[in-house]
Amino acid sequence: MAIEVKVPTILRGHTGGAKAVSGQGDTLRQVIDDVESSHAGVRERLVDGGELRRFVNVYVNDEDVRFTGGLDTPVADGDVVVILPAVAGG
Amino acid sequence: MLRIEKATYDAIVAHARRDHPDEACGVVAGPAGSDRPVRHVPMLNAARSPTFYELDPADLLRLYQDMDARAEEPVVIYHSHTATEAYPSRTDIALAAEPGAHYVLVSTRECGRDDGPVEFRSFRIVSGEVSEEDVQVATPSEPAG
Repeated sequence: MAIEVKVPTILRGHTGGAKAVSGQGDTLRQVIDDVESSHAGVRERLVDGGELRRFVNVYVNDEDVRFTGGLDTPVADGDVVVILPAVAGG
Repeated sequence: MLRIEKATYDAIVAHARRDHPDEACGVVAGPAGSDRPVRHVPMLNAARSPTFYELDPADLLRLYQDMDARAEEPVVIYHSHTATEAYPSRTDIALAAEPGAHYVLVSTRECGRDDGPVEFRSFRIVSGEVSEEDVQVATPSEPAG
């Protein structure tokens, strides 16, 4: 078992076009680090200064991680992480 | 070029007028790979602002899950400008994250909430580069293509 990470179109250049990749870890931060080790460039698009970027939304099992501990959100085998860039502008 | 049905075009313009002076936003989903905007989904501007728009993160997740379940993608992503021209702002360009989408800008600066002239323009925004494209408004009675 592993954690499934669903990748938005804009990041698929880092995953060889894959719509989903798998990762390991006990927290969202560890999963992102694990994904980074095989798909370099992903972390920088998600994390800035140790925090989730303002205009990136990440959900673990459909819960917005901003309400569950951010990058420290616990994850377990079988969980699904969804990454969606904000639809926003001025 | 963006080809869009008259009813969808009218619905987007009506949404922009209705939400003026705040920015309105939404998508028109279509079958993945078709480039056909068929399902209009007006969204709530969680920022409720005349100078900014943002989908609520929970709404955003539901929208993408709905599209996934229907094998759709966001063919059009639209929002309104209520005091400036229908051209992507620096923020719009910086945050554009769907390189395959048509970014539609509607300006209600002249008409406000009333009938009157609106600007309706479409752009591609890819890696920070903006290119405008023609908009063809079609009525269903016209032959496809």
